[in-house]
Amino acid sequence: MPRPPRTRIDRPPSSLRVTGTPIITAVIGSMAPLLPMIVSAPVLPPFGLMMLVAWRLRHRTIWPAWIGLPLGLWDDIFSGQPLGSSMLLWTILMLGLDVIDRRLVWRDFWQDWGLAAVVIAVILLGGLGIANWTGGNTAPIIILPQIIVSIALFPLLARLCAIIDTWRLAR
Amino acid sequence: MAPPSPRRPGFSRRVQFSLFAGYVFAVVGAIIALLFIVTARVDPAGHAALQNIVADVTSPISTTLRAAVNTVKDLGGGTAAYFDAASKNRAMSLELKLARQKLIAGDANALENRRLKRLLAIVEQQRARPVTARIVSSSATSSRRYATLAAGAVHGVEVGQPVRAADGLVGRIVQRGQFASRVLLIIDSEIIVPVKRVSDGAPALAIGLGDGRIELRTLAAGTNPFKVGDIFVTSGTGGIYAPGIPVAISVKRTRDATFGRPLASPASLDFAIVEPIYIAPLPPVEPVETVK
Repeated sequence: MPRPPRTRIDRPPSSLRVTGTPIITAVIGSMAPLLPMIVSAPVLPPFGLMMLVAWRLRHRTIWPAWIGLPLGLWDDIFSGQPLGSSMLLWTILMLGLDVIDRRLVWRDFWQDWGLAAVVIAVILLGGLGIANWTGGNTAPIIILPQIIVSIALFPLLARLCAIIDTWRLAR
Repeated sequence: MAPPSPRRPGFSRRVQFSLFAGYVFAVVGAIIALLFIVTARVDPAGHAALQNIVADVTSPISTTLRAAVNTVKDLGGGTAAYFDAASKNRAMSLELKLARQKLIAGDANALENRRLKRLLAIVEQQRARPVTARIVSSSATSSRRYATLAAGAVHGVEVGQPVRAADGLVGRIVQRGQFASRVLLIIDSEIIVPVKRVSDGAPALAIGLGDGRIELRTLAAGTNPFKVGDIFVTSGTGGIYAPGIPVAISVKRTRDATFGRPLASPASLDFAIVEPIYIAPLPPVEPVETVK
């Protein structure tokens, strides 16, 4: 049987692009601490986590349950947190979001933002807890600005994620 | 109709099994992650060894970026310098004249110092050549305050060595890779530096708060003796940090606490010097007579 002629029109995007794009965005987000600045307080939002959550809220089946392990390890490598910190928290997050999906089946953007806000706050505080347990002694009030900035920036990242998603699935 | 739950993929055994295996993998991985965290608490050295490998890989990226940032910064400063070149020249010639006079006085003092030291037969420690390297990036998302230094084992950096910049103490090496190492900054909440006030030598402890400030805790009983504007330098007590390195200037004073900011401002850190670990000289030993 002759194969149909290959056209550039209406071809499904390659599976590499479909599965690879979200991973690459989260990986790049986690590498933000490589930026050449020396700060005196935690100010940079956790871009890796925010990309992970943005993709997860956009497509509920986009990540396998264990994706928090490799991506979290990558994040720990750059963040200065003890290794295992994001691995643990992000995996718990993925399992938790699966449970929430059963309760809140239909969500609008405001609910997604609210959910993301809770997730960001809980994970940053959890990270602080782990950092303090392994030797630090930082007051929670110090990461409050970081939490607020991260929550405020989330819609922007969700928008960026949507733009990338259009490209990702474009035929 | 509500979208089908991702947890119930249909009747395919294969899909059901792979989903279940995914959850099992996630839970097992989370437990392993927890064990990682426990090693960070009970065996910090072993945990640091894991993290070392990483700093090696990432520091060249940050080094390149940091150099670019500094070039831009220099460009701005260079342009501004043209505008007040003449007045600056006059001021600098005057300063040079004064400096020459002081230099001569200093030379004389140094000579006298050498003579007196020989007299006292003080043997100074043979100091190893310090390592100079660029500080390239920091842990901006974490609540811990680490910075990456672009020098590692091949340059002679050792874990535990203090790091200083031209204007003050920066921190201490906590992890060392081959080409890069991690510095725990003095503003981190784990680090404590014994310091003294420059004016009268009143001892204190400089304790990082994690938000860029340093608490200067007095060792004296009673009221807080420190004032705003006091400058603190390392006292050398207990070793590690050589005495006389500037640490902090106090900026706020309350009834029972003094808060300072580091003299080596993290924002302007560029080149840093890794110094050998200071070993405090032992007190002279008095011969003890034993009872026979």
